[in-house]
Amino acid sequence: MIALNSVHKIFNKGKASAVTAINNLSLNINSGEFVIIIGANGSGKTTLLNLVAGSIYADEGTIQIGGNDVTRMADHQRSKWVARVFQNPLSGTAPDLSIIDNFRLAAIRTKHKRFSVGVNADFREKVKEHITTLGMGLENKLEQPMGTLSGGQRQALTLLMSVMDSCKVLLLDEPTAALDPRSAEVVMRTADKLIHDFNLTAILITHNLKDAFQYGTRLIQMNEGNTLRDISAEDKKALTQNDIFNWFS
Amino acid sequence: MDFYLTALLQGLCFAGIALGIYISMKIFNIPDITTDGSYTLGGVVTALLLTHQQPVYIVLPAVILAGALAGAITGLIHTRLKVHPLLSGILVTYSLYSINLTLMGRSNIPLIGVKSLFDKLHLMVDPNQNTGVILLLIVLLITLLIGYLLKTDFGLAMRATGNSETMIRALGVNTNNMKIAGLALANGLIALSGYLMTQFQGFADINMGIGIVITGLGSVIIAETIINWLRITSAWLSLVLVIAGAIAFQMVLAITLSIGVDANLLKLVTAVFVLLIVSLPRLSFSRNS
Repeated sequence: MIALNSVHKIFNKGKASAVTAINNLSLNINSGEFVIIIGANGSGKTTLLNLVAGSIYADEGTIQIGGNDVTRMADHQRSKWVARVFQNPLSGTAPDLSIIDNFRLAAIRTKHKRFSVGVNADFREKVKEHITTLGMGLENKLEQPMGTLSGGQRQALTLLMSVMDSCKVLLLDEPTAALDPRSAEVVMRTADKLIHDFNLTAILITHNLKDAFQYGTRLIQMNEGNTLRDISAEDKKALTQNDIFNWFS
Repeated sequence: MDFYLTALLQGLCFAGIALGIYISMKIFNIPDITTDGSYTLGGVVTALLLTHQQPVYIVLPAVILAGALAGAITGLIHTRLKVHPLLSGILVTYSLYSINLTLMGRSNIPLIGVKSLFDKLHLMVDPNQNTGVILLLIVLLITLLIGYLLKTDFGLAMRATGNSETMIRALGVNTNNMKIAGLALANGLIALSGYLMTQFQGFADINMGIGIVITGLGSVIIAETIINWLRITSAWLSLVLVIAGAIAFQMVLAITLSIGVDANLLKLVTAVFVLLIVSLPRLSFSRNS
């Protein structure tokens, strides 16, 4: 589903402050895999995610999504396949727009934004049903601006928004880093359920080693812009939480 | 009384500027001052086409297109060449001064012996009332159009572009194109104000746009103060308040003149007035805390 081939990314190329963020990385992620990426700060996790999403472009190498060469495609073009949840809960939603308007935009992620009103009674009902599954009581607050909600609520809604339109790849960049432990758990459980129910190919970046142990079908540890460890589903089952902790000590 | 009626009619003429500034500043979060140039451009195109005996139904779309083109150029400079929007707007306005002067061939075109929109349409007997009704109908129409636009899927994408750019890019919107479209729309509306004003005052002048952006900013800021104060979320009501802001702004100027303030000081008084409205929420806030 996602294939990176000999990808290089250097920031501030040619300057004294040049940083090699991704160093000759080749990676194949199969359809339906839920890949957890861990690694120290500066190991290239977020750069990898941004390269897949198209927020930044690779200096060398190619990137494919679902068999399409997307190396030179902008982020808004790759959104045909890719949905994202950001580390900052503020980035994934528009605070001044109501919940229903945010969901409307998410529901037409892969389509043209036309000069017709899309928020109607049917759509409201559909969104209401979706939001009810969260059990947060937000289904009766559809007209409320997104900005009035807590970070955990916004992150959970962003997750739901990602499956409002056809979605193949879900990118999660430390979605729970800014949340309290309880909200974090709700968001992680929702993510896991959606990935399973919609058979998504997902990449999750996390610093929470407990989550890394508990979730996902494949575990990758990154170091200096490449993979240090790549644990398949079967090997991951044999892993204990302590094993993962020991990688960092 | 006529004095205040004129202020009301002028306020309605400026509704386009107020809505244009509302779109660029509040919806797209872009400080756009192409206004001074595109407003004059609207007036110049109106005067030129009318004095060349062009029918009204050609003049209006031509004016809006001219303004939209000016806005689109500002947008292109800002998004493609990564120039700060303020500088982009200044550059386009500055160039438009020469373009307007070249188009006119002189600094002023009076509409003598030319039938304006207000002469051609007769809805009321009294000419002032007639002008008022025509202006009201036009303002109502554009308010309805913009209000509807903001509710469409495209309009939602517009609002999200100014509100959360990372989000809307991830949702498949080319924000650069969206900003160009937004600035084109805003300046098309501003040129429409130039079209109305030129016919209302009976001439187009190269200097008619100088500082006009303040009128738009003042109107939007008056509206915003009320919107925040009453916690209004309705898009329709916000647009109506922006237009009410444009009228209120002209009323304040009329009152200023009527109490005998020297007309030379008008721009200073205007600036102080805008400053006052901007700082009013903060002043009352600091008293509470």
